Amino acid sequence: MNGLRSILLRRETGIAVMIVLFTLAVTLYKPQFFTANNLRVILLLTPLVMIAAMGQMLVLVARHVDLSMGSMLGLSAMITGMMFRDMPEVPWGLGFVVAIGIGAFLGLINGALVTLFRLPAIIVTLGTLNLYRGLTFIVSNARQVDRQFIPSDLKAMSQSSPIFGIPWIIFMAFAVALLTYWFATHTRVGRQIFALGSNPVAAPLRGIKVTLVTLLVFTIAGALSGLAGIMYASRWGFVNPSNTGFGFEFQVIAAVVIGGVSINGGVGSVLGVMLGVLLMGCVAAALPLLGIPGTAQGAIYGAVILIALLIDRSVRQQGIASLKRVRA
Amino acid sequence: MLKKTIAGIALGLTMATGALAQDPLSMVYIGKNTGNPYFDSINGGFVDACKSLGCEYEFVAPATAEATSQIPFIEAQIQRGVDVIAIAPNSPDALNQVLDSARAAGILVLTVNGDLTGNESHRDATILPVNFDIVGRDQVEMVGSLIGYEGEIAILSATTEAPDQNKWIVGMNETLKNDPKYAKMTLVATVYGDDQPEKSTAEMEALLANFPNLKGVIAPTTVGIAAAAQVVQSRGIADQVKVTGLGLPSEMRDFVKDGTVTAFQLWSPYNEGWLAAHFAKGVKEGTIKNEVGSTFEVPNLGTITINENNSINTQAELTTFTAENIDDFNF
Amino acid sequence: MSATDTTTTAEVGREAAPPRPLWHVILVRPETMTLVLLVLGVIVASQLSPYFLDVSYILRSFTLSAEFAIVALVLTMVIIAGEIDLSPAANMALSACLFAWAQASGVPIPIAVAIGLGAGLLMGALNAFMVIALQLPSIIVTIGTLTLYRGLAQVIAGDKSIRVPEWFIGIDRVLVFGLPVPVVIFIVTAIVLGFVLAGTIFGRQIYQIGTNEIAARHAGIRSRQIKLVLFLLIGAVAATAGMMTASRLGSVRYDLGLGGELQMVLMAMLGGTYIFGGRGTILGTFLAAWLLVVVSTGMTVANLLPAIQLTVLGVLLIVAIIATNFIYSRTQR
Repeated sequence: MNGLRSILLRRETGIAVMIVLFTLAVTLYKPQFFTANNLRVILLLTPLVMIAAMGQMLVLVARHVDLSMGSMLGLSAMITGMMFRDMPEVPWGLGFVVAIGIGAFLGLINGALVTLFRLPAIIVTLGTLNLYRGLTFIVSNARQVDRQFIPSDLKAMSQSSPIFGIPWIIFMAFAVALLTYWFATHTRVGRQIFALGSNPVAAPLRGIKVTLVTLLVFTIAGALSGLAGIMYASRWGFVNPSNTGFGFEFQVIAAVVIGGVSINGGVGSVLGVMLGVLLMGCVAAALPLLGIPGTAQGAIYGAVILIALLIDRSVRQQGIASLKRVRA
Repeated sequence: MLKKTIAGIALGLTMATGALAQDPLSMVYIGKNTGNPYFDSINGGFVDACKSLGCEYEFVAPATAEATSQIPFIEAQIQRGVDVIAIAPNSPDALNQVLDSARAAGILVLTVNGDLTGNESHRDATILPVNFDIVGRDQVEMVGSLIGYEGEIAILSATTEAPDQNKWIVGMNETLKNDPKYAKMTLVATVYGDDQPEKSTAEMEALLANFPNLKGVIAPTTVGIAAAAQVVQSRGIADQVKVTGLGLPSEMRDFVKDGTVTAFQLWSPYNEGWLAAHFAKGVKEGTIKNEVGSTFEVPNLGTITINENNSINTQAELTTFTAENIDDFNF
Repeated sequence: MSATDTTTTAEVGREAAPPRPLWHVILVRPETMTLVLLVLGVIVASQLSPYFLDVSYILRSFTLSAEFAIVALVLTMVIIAGEIDLSPAANMALSACLFAWAQASGVPIPIAVAIGLGAGLLMGALNAFMVIALQLPSIIVTIGTLTLYRGLAQVIAGDKSIRVPEWFIGIDRVLVFGLPVPVVIFIVTAIVLGFVLAGTIFGRQIYQIGTNEIAARHAGIRSRQIKLVLFLLIGAVAATAGMMTASRLGSVRYDLGLGGELQMVLMAMLGGTYIFGGRGTILGTFLAAWLLVVVSTGMTVANLLPAIQLTVLGVLLIVAIIATNFIYSRTQR
């Protein structure tokens, strides 16, 4: 148990170190990077990814993957947006219920296909990625929901709040992270997810209802994508059928992988994912500040992912080595 | 006997009317991508024009705006045997080969709203929203009037290779350099938001952080101007930093109403579609000559001239939107 | 009933299952499903639009995806071996950019082509190194390298297009036996790879690695070398495909083939390749490439909304994967 904990600790330390080094390097060159205002900028680039990354983490821990998050985000955002536009008398808070509900439903479909038909999640979610995106176009008649139809109270959530002027959306992202942490560590189901992912064969023997847990994991991922969807409308003030959520799943997976979640399941930490998201946010904010042309940014993201993988591997090797030492 | 005669007359009449009736002209407009409200406006112009002209018309667009995404669509339209292909190209040159095949098949190829920079020989004519040479100049004047013709300004553009934006930016630079009216204004940076809200926002924030004395921002792209306005609105700095550029009234209405943005400019996409349809029909039926220097009439738009390189401008000047007139427009 | 029957049922654990009839083996396989879907696709498409059923049109439309299809064939082998490579499309772009940039700087074409191919091999080697030597999961590695290669292509080409010389353009317009060259290359590649995979020891070993790598290694199969060869091969083929695309389009941009990796995986999956390795055929991917072209061309020429096209593609994939799984579970002993 001790050896295991030291592995986990080390993984997050690795990312934290990367963040610190990166921040130092950039601040030396551009002191504006290390200001309260810039912290706000960084944090505001992350909440959508943060919310969805929690769902993706649970899915990956259960030894699956969800490639359809972007399309789930888009479809739930679109339906919610259309509700705002075509039924303005409905209280805007209901939008949260609608978005999360639709997201959960879409996630449930993913889960059902994976469990009932025993299909590999990567292919199923590749299919639903297209399917849900197509539905988004059909449902919206290929029209976007314009800025004026998004309730201004909703948009205000991304602007500010009475607490130090930090926008509500950032609190929401952290709340989701905390909830996920509590769920993963303090509930029986949460811990079952980890057990299932680390040893799917042994899981039913331990009394874990594999089907239900898997369904739950995908539903949560869908619900969180839905939440991210309505927060997209809040943050950017519009919903567009082609752009909203397009390519989102890759950002999320990158952040989660950088955060140390293993693709083979069973391993992952909320703190790691948060740090991974934060690192991506730092990079995204630093690049324009440093004047790096948009053309080079893609290469840098790729390099960051690969470096994080390398660090992760070396950390894991050290961790295994330390385990051996403990045993000896 | 009577039955046969009636049948014979009926047959004869049908054949005669068949010979007299002509196939209606079929037109297609290929947008950059679906779900883009800007192209919905242009489409509106096409639809109404074709209704009044009696042409068949369809609007198609790929799901994404990649450089090559329109190629299968163009091939499909050639296969369908349309008479006119109007297109808002996603790439200045990736479509060269396929557009040549279209023209070889006798199809009239028009680029609407943007041109194939450097590859104009692959299309028959281009319909531009406005004279692109004056956009740069007018935008500089716009921002100058908002900041008292003095101070630091920056440009937030789309992608680094967007041919329209780049043409306008060249115009802006020339105006700033050559016109003494703007001598006290300095352009400190040109950044690119790639027409994505996240990136445009990050670039805008970086501008504000790198240039604390920034007075004005020109964003000649609808995504960029909306993102920049949103940053200014959430920071509450509408008095220090003036945002302007090219934007859609529907997207900018809130910002204008609450004072974040004082004024911005654009043109009428609807008119582009209207003009393009009339032009295409005229050329195909021989009533309009597609030659540099010739002119033709379009209902509601007056006399249009064909300029150098077979380019046609829908309107002469940009339209400026402010709090007073923004409600008059519904796109 | 008879004595032999009771013996069979009594020794259930030890007896092998009765052999499947020959017709069962030939017909009940994922490729049949792909073939059925292909035929169905052709029928439906010709109902949707009178303009569809034109052989030269269909062939022309295929050339638009031919480059991806050729790479998908090699990708099938990679997947059967138990790995995956999501970077070929970005590889295509980077190799093409390097090739175009080289010849635009005055380097003679043959050397420029060599540069492009060399780049493709290098990219394959990097993937191979991280997956085989460092033992990192191939899906994540290739997501990382796909971002990296695409980004490097952006650094080299900026946001501009690089032209290629006139005589190099139009490989898709050249006809051999009435078929466009890219289609011919696709068919030839399919035949060659199909033979290698089904008829050589190398091919057999690929299946074994994919089914159970540890057992295969214990049986003396050099899995690391084989995987290295596969990654290098897909790297080289992707580079070639990239240059073919350059010829078709007449110019090269960093976003060449953007999104192609999904199309390639789609072709492999629709062809009955099992994502976790060990099963799949070249024939399946071959048919699936045609299926994909038929379906999307059929919908495009009928002027169907992209919305519907995406939905159909999504449903098609799910249906195909359900059918593949079903067939595999039924034919497994």
